[in-house]
Amino acid sequence: MSAVVEFRDVSYRVGGREILKQLTLQVNAGETLVLLGRSGCGKTTALKLVNGLLAPSSGAVLVDGTPTSAWDPVKLKRRIGYVIQEVGLFPHYTVAQNVGLVPQLEGWDKARITERVEILLRQVGLDPAQFAGRYPHQLSGGQRQRAGVARALAADPSVLLFDEPFGAVDPVTRLDLQQQFLALRRDLGKTAIFVTHDVREALLLASRIALLRHGEVEVVVTPKEFLRAAGSEAQSFLACLDWKMGDT
Amino acid sequence: MNTGLTSEIAALTLEHITLVLIAMAIAIVLAVPAGVLITRRAAWRPWVVGFANVMQTVPSLALFGFLIPVPLIGGIGKRTAVVALVLYALLPILRNTLAGILGVDPAVRESALAMGMTGRQILWRVEVPLASRTILAGIRVATVTTIGTATIAAAIGAGGLGVFIFRGIASVDTTQILAGAMPAACMALAADGALGWIERRSKHF
Repeated sequence: MSAVVEFRDVSYRVGGREILKQLTLQVNAGETLVLLGRSGCGKTTALKLVNGLLAPSSGAVLVDGTPTSAWDPVKLKRRIGYVIQEVGLFPHYTVAQNVGLVPQLEGWDKARITERVEILLRQVGLDPAQFAGRYPHQLSGGQRQRAGVARALAADPSVLLFDEPFGAVDPVTRLDLQQQFLALRRDLGKTAIFVTHDVREALLLASRIALLRHGEVEVVVTPKEFLRAAGSEAQSFLACLDWKMGDT
Repeated sequence: MNTGLTSEIAALTLEHITLVLIAMAIAIVLAVPAGVLITRRAAWRPWVVGFANVMQTVPSLALFGFLIPVPLIGGIGKRTAVVALVLYALLPILRNTLAGILGVDPAVRESALAMGMTGRQILWRVEVPLASRTILAGIRVATVTTIGTATIAAAIGAGGLGVFIFRGIASVDTTQILAGAMPAACMALAADGALGWIERRSKHF
């Protein structure tokens, strides 16, 4: 298996604080690597190093074998889909315009963009006839998130980055979106890096889980192995699963 | 009302509108790009906003007076008046441009960046459209103020409806004062209404 994204001894410091410490990690083609960790563990920082929103202080992040520092920043970002919790849809663009944005920036012709937008909206479970012409403020949180995923997929990126995309929606919608994510992965086979602090979500979605603690990887394992992981941080996260009504 | 006064009102109103339009056009051309620029250069912000602030604190009659001896832009007449009116109009436009662009949701800006939009694309396709309503509100305030301030321009020989007002004050003639003040007030209300209508029609997000 070839690594689509590779962290080589990556550190990231800001204002004397070390957010990531010599992170070494590989993301293989077609897998979903979940970065699991508490708030402030550096997982979002790691994600932003991949599409060049941030640059490593030392070490290198390789995308398709080339360090991000050697990539043209615009080309790199257009090869990578990015989905964030706040979605960041353009409020003055319709759903169709939002989803078609990167293809449009890439200079696709109109007919091809329209066709692509329709396919994508169907893939994420939004009926194009109903939703293409709507503005983001006319959508529910879950629908916005679906449109965000469609936008990230638009130009057929080689890697998808998800930064707690389902963190702000209600639990029922969240489960729905998670199922959609699994279906998309099955259909498209995209490589993805998924950041979350929700251990259930990690177990459900991951091919492998990388557990981060204070900017360091404690363990990188499959969800099955994670359930038996012995590390202290892994134990803390597994304890969240055991909690039932009646426990105190 | 005699026809002489009516035609004079029409002539001075036209002159007044011309003064305001020229001053506003120049102020917009200067203040909007300056406002955009200082969203990129935080270090320049206090200087640019400070300059516009100071300009607005100078009493308007004094500002017109100060400009008379200044070479090139000064002297008696329309040119000096336009310069003063521009200096007055800068602040509301500048401040609203700055506030409008800085007020764009950071998540929107980040996702624009992450999709590989260039700085220029983000400015023209995201920030300016989203800030346009706020910028327009600044232009509206500046226009209404300028219509009022332009009456003082008559003090330095720039003409406009202020001619009636100054003449009326000198001769203690209320009719003359009203002949200047009423059209100016109507003009301000009309400008406020029209620009407010455009503002409401522009999409709010």
